[in-house]
Amino acid sequence: MRSMLKTSVAAFAMLATAMGAANADGLTGNLKIFLDTSNPAPRATMEEMIAQFQEKNPDLTIETTVIDREAYKTQIRNFLTANAPDVATWYAANRMRPYVEAGLFEDVSDLWDGTDLGENLASTKGAMTIDGKQWGVPYTYYQWGVYYRKDIFDELGLSEPTTWEEEKANCQKIIDAGKKCYTIGTKFLWTAGGWFDYLNMRTNGFDFHMDLLTGKAKWTSDEVRQTFANWRELIDMGAFIDNHQTYSWQEALPFMVKGDAAAYLMGNFAVAPLREAGLSDDQIDFYQFVEINPDVELAEDAPTDTFHIPANAENKENAREFLKFVASADVQTWINDGKHLGQLPVNSKSSVDNDKFLEQGFEMLSSNSPGGVAQFFDRDAPAEMAKVAMEGLQEFMVKPDNLDKILARLDRAQERIYK
Amino acid sequence: MAQASVTEARQSSWWHRNQQQLTPWLFLAPGILFFLFYVIFPIFQSFNLSLYEWDGLGQAEYVGLYNYEELYWDDAFYTSLKNNVIWLLLYLAAIPAGLFIALFLNQTVTGIRLYKSLFFFPFVISQVVVGLVFTWFYDPTFGILNVLLGAVGLPPINVLGDENWVTVGIIVAGLWPQTAYCMILYLTGLNAVDPEQIEAGRLDGAKGWRMLWYIIVPQLRPATFIAFVVTIIGALRSFDLISVMTNGGPFGASRVLSFYMFEVALSEYGFRMGYGAAIAVVLFLIMLAFIAYFLWSMYKEERAR
Repeated sequence: MRSMLKTSVAAFAMLATAMGAANADGLTGNLKIFLDTSNPAPRATMEEMIAQFQEKNPDLTIETTVIDREAYKTQIRNFLTANAPDVATWYAANRMRPYVEAGLFEDVSDLWDGTDLGENLASTKGAMTIDGKQWGVPYTYYQWGVYYRKDIFDELGLSEPTTWEEEKANCQKIIDAGKKCYTIGTKFLWTAGGWFDYLNMRTNGFDFHMDLLTGKAKWTSDEVRQTFANWRELIDMGAFIDNHQTYSWQEALPFMVKGDAAAYLMGNFAVAPLREAGLSDDQIDFYQFVEINPDVELAEDAPTDTFHIPANAENKENAREFLKFVASADVQTWINDGKHLGQLPVNSKSSVDNDKFLEQGFEMLSSNSPGGVAQFFDRDAPAEMAKVAMEGLQEFMVKPDNLDKILARLDRAQERIYK
Repeated sequence: MAQASVTEARQSSWWHRNQQQLTPWLFLAPGILFFLFYVIFPIFQSFNLSLYEWDGLGQAEYVGLYNYEELYWDDAFYTSLKNNVIWLLLYLAAIPAGLFIALFLNQTVTGIRLYKSLFFFPFVISQVVVGLVFTWFYDPTFGILNVLLGAVGLPPINVLGDENWVTVGIIVAGLWPQTAYCMILYLTGLNAVDPEQIEAGRLDGAKGWRMLWYIIVPQLRPATFIAFVVTIIGALRSFDLISVMTNGGPFGASRVLSFYMFEVALSEYGFRMGYGAAIAVVLFLIMLAFIAYFLWSMYKEERAR
């Protein structure tokens, strides 16, 4: 008891001096922050992080607004023009392009150029760069990959595949055992985009994939047809669950939890609901999407979430300090650990939390994705193209015979959208 | 001083003279203003916007009738238009269904109030809830529909995942509350049916269908008219059920014009304001045709009295 009292007194004293020190160079004025982290856990994390920033800068008046994640996607257009906050969350790559081009995001290249921070964040510099300038800082990202039921694999005597042939052989055994290889819910379309990303990057490589999504390659090209031919092999085998077009990605989880499907190509955020549904870490495991064409380097999907300063912000200096804070190694370590966001920190000086999936994902992204890191189908392609294309992907998964019609439609849409 | 009192007298007398005419307008003024500002003005704004290409952020670019030309080539637009027609036709089933339920419930039996409430209940709950309930009902893996189909030896169907069934499936869900609405209209109408006419009809030997068709239904004309109006408007502005049940899918097969407009202009992947406005204009013109017809027949009715 006594020792506890002692420590807390000591801690208090330290805190007081720390605060005194911070006071000296603390920020003053206002800071208005808009967040889209509306789910309970991320919301609490962000609020805690902002509270820490407040503690460091007691004279600063911070006003935080959390907006529902889906609503945020439409509201951002209004608040960036009319009533801009000083800091706002958003996404990297093409998803920020409309705002950059409309002059609504502040150029923050000064935070990146020749600074330690820029060096530590180098892995995502490409995704944050448009026209040679950087427009925000990343705070988290997460890997995609195949999450599978290890117990089912063990039961059927399967091991993690590394080649396309092994993948298909595994899948055939799973189908022979009366199960489906992959669960997927394509009601909201983007999940099909994940499959296309991987199949296309493995068949034609990262650069071709980016050319396609930025309108430089045609959907009716032989390369893309080869991707769909590979996909079709799985579809014709009956690898995917039936009626996936009626389910959201969450509604597709029970198939895997009940053991009717063996694997799920998904982002790391699928782990939490799988654990909550009662699967233990012995039952689920993760492997990197297999190699298809040995001539292309492996590339991965790892969507990055970011902070930006609106061009119309009033307190840009305070906002810059906040961005530096968010991008710093300690903060990124802390907000991304298993108790908080449960994702990967972008800052290379941060450490990854002791979690099986985060460790594997970090390992994969840092040492086994020489081809590059993509953001995700609907973040790399312009929103309008992503919508039309993902609808086509869903149609292909249900009616693979419509492929020619779908590809012709996508070519037409491409001509209109990228002009 | 004298001048002032003269003006005052003139003013008050002008007010006195015109009070009768002015008062109703004063009361109407707020309503008219809001109607102009939030209904009439935006209609013209949409017309104007449909001539531009605009992403909601940058400068709007004048493109003339280009958006309409593109509509002409857009498969998704025809799917939506076709679905709107299907909605219009099938949704009308709510009117006879409502009539028959109303006739069935229009009797004095113990507990009839409870039955009436139960039949009216679907109209009170939110469309979103109706959509969710039917989504579960149709669920191809866990839903009760396929269990029922299996019991009578029919193969399972994925109503919301099959582009041929999906629109019908959603309309059936929509008919549930809409029938309740028509039923209430007819129940009120039935209260006003003249018992003497029924008596007279009965003396002349009318009963059953003939009684219904020649004596009752003509007297329900006002109720039928309102039921038509609300059902047709309801069918044309169907949106929430589609959004909840399929999100326009599978691959856009269940879109209607209002949903397509929302998708291209306001949803996550949209922001083609001009194109959305062009769709809205088409929908507006279709509605205008119906509304003009309704207004015209109402006017005729009034004149005939």
